[in-house]
Amino acid sequence: MTAAIAIQGLEVVFDRFRALKGVSLEVREGESYGLVGESGSGKSTLLKAITGLAPVASGTITVNGKTLGRTRDKAFYREVQMVFQDPYGSLHPRQTVDRLLQEPLAIHGISDGEKRIGRALDEVGLGKGFRFRYAHQLSGGQRQRVAIARALILEPSILLLDEPTSALDASVQAEVLNLLEEVRRRRKLTFLMVSHDLAIITHMCERLMVMQNGEAVETLTASQLIGHRVSEDYTRNLLRASEGFVRTA
Amino acid sequence: MSDTLLEVDDLRVTFPTRTGLVQAVRGVSFSLGRERLGIVGESGSGKSQTGRAIMGLTPPQAEVSAKKLAFDGIDLLSISPRQRRSLRGNRIAMILQDPKYSLDPVMTIGRQIVETLRTHEKVSKAEARERALAMLQAVQIRDPARVFDLYPHEVSGGMGQRAMIAMMLVTGPELMIADEPTSALDVTVQLDVLKILDKLVAERGMGLIFISHDLRLVSSFCDRVVVMYAGKVVEQIKASELRDAQHPYTRGLLNCMPRIGFERHPLPVLDRKPEWAA
Repeated sequence: MTAAIAIQGLEVVFDRFRALKGVSLEVREGESYGLVGESGSGKSTLLKAITGLAPVASGTITVNGKTLGRTRDKAFYREVQMVFQDPYGSLHPRQTVDRLLQEPLAIHGISDGEKRIGRALDEVGLGKGFRFRYAHQLSGGQRQRVAIARALILEPSILLLDEPTSALDASVQAEVLNLLEEVRRRRKLTFLMVSHDLAIITHMCERLMVMQNGEAVETLTASQLIGHRVSEDYTRNLLRASEGFVRTA
Repeated sequence: MSDTLLEVDDLRVTFPTRTGLVQAVRGVSFSLGRERLGIVGESGSGKSQTGRAIMGLTPPQAEVSAKKLAFDGIDLLSISPRQRRSLRGNRIAMILQDPKYSLDPVMTIGRQIVETLRTHEKVSKAEARERALAMLQAVQIRDPARVFDLYPHEVSGGMGQRAMIAMMLVTGPELMIADEPTSALDVTVQLDVLKILDKLVAERGMGLIFISHDLRLVSSFCDRVVVMYAGKVVEQIKASELRDAQHPYTRGLLNCMPRIGFERHPLPVLDRKPEWAA
């Protein structure tokens, strides 16, 4: 058994508010795992707790066999990278794409930067022509591609994706989802992906966890969800909602 | 035709920029009766600017022109700003996307609704309060008296959007423009808000323009759909016939969404053709 990410009884507390109330989950190596729930359910907090951006009160997080302490070392960030929801907010507005991609390389003291930047840009389908542009000169989809390139440039084995397409148009969303699937296949990555959209999660992930109010509601495989074989009412509600508006005459 | 509430013919909205004039809306035409019309398109397709031009909320530096822009026989482009103001919020109302930004943060919800009402109608304070409370009840807020005295930051997104709907409906408008009314809300809350909107629009026989990027949602909610691309209408279609949409853009928009139970890897993407924008 190899678990890329194993979480046991994770609690996150902001002041007196318990954002995560003892959540456990296990993501296998090479698996794509989804977290679904409405806003405030704690799904993003879970990702932040893994990367060390949220105050963990108790519980353990194990990544690639190593149990994490209070701080994360550089080696951790070479294994785990994150792509955020809003590409308008997650890229520095006064840095060129080149400078943005240099940053992680400089932090980790990687010397073949030139080659890696070219390769990363090719991989996300942008090409070298975008290298010296600023974020404001790019469309939303192109920005999210830059954010993905920045995450990939350290060649991590795990990508944490926090609503990577919810700020994008449907047509651009399809392109970015295809790109993510393609890099996962090529690099044999493990995905832990957050979305409020059940359709996206069933499209991208093999297994998923439904969350509500900081707790796990249930864990399902994508095919169970597609076949409506769910046991909790909350999940059933989400499923119904994702089918769209139905007029009750 | 007395049924026609709104007539739009060759509407254009032009913005001056450093690099010259940019037409955000390039000759949009449609007419609306007492029905639900959806306007769909991606960001930048001009759908919101179309709604704003009808409402008279185009930024002052931009120029609006049209062969005809008439609401109930009134030419919206030739009337005075004063007459326009008396229509806006009274006979034509607009719901905006995010209640966090579109409600006044330093005014209680109740006061905002009363203000709208008293701007357009001569009613006593007590009566205005009564009607505001009744309206909050109509949007299915359980404890209207409590919500009346709350500030927008004290309520959830779904509740805020209901308050917004209440504020817009309190004057009994004939035309409602809803610009992405549920995009900022959770899926489960979305449906509640849509249900309320649907019921009230049907009961009052209003005309509704529903602007959204979500083609699927719009087609389940509206009677007719106008699909926009690069400032132009590429297709007008009955919502029930959307499956038979002709234009490749409409078909592409429908196809590119992941759907539960339909495995497609990779997802089909839009192959944009320059002639669509021509």
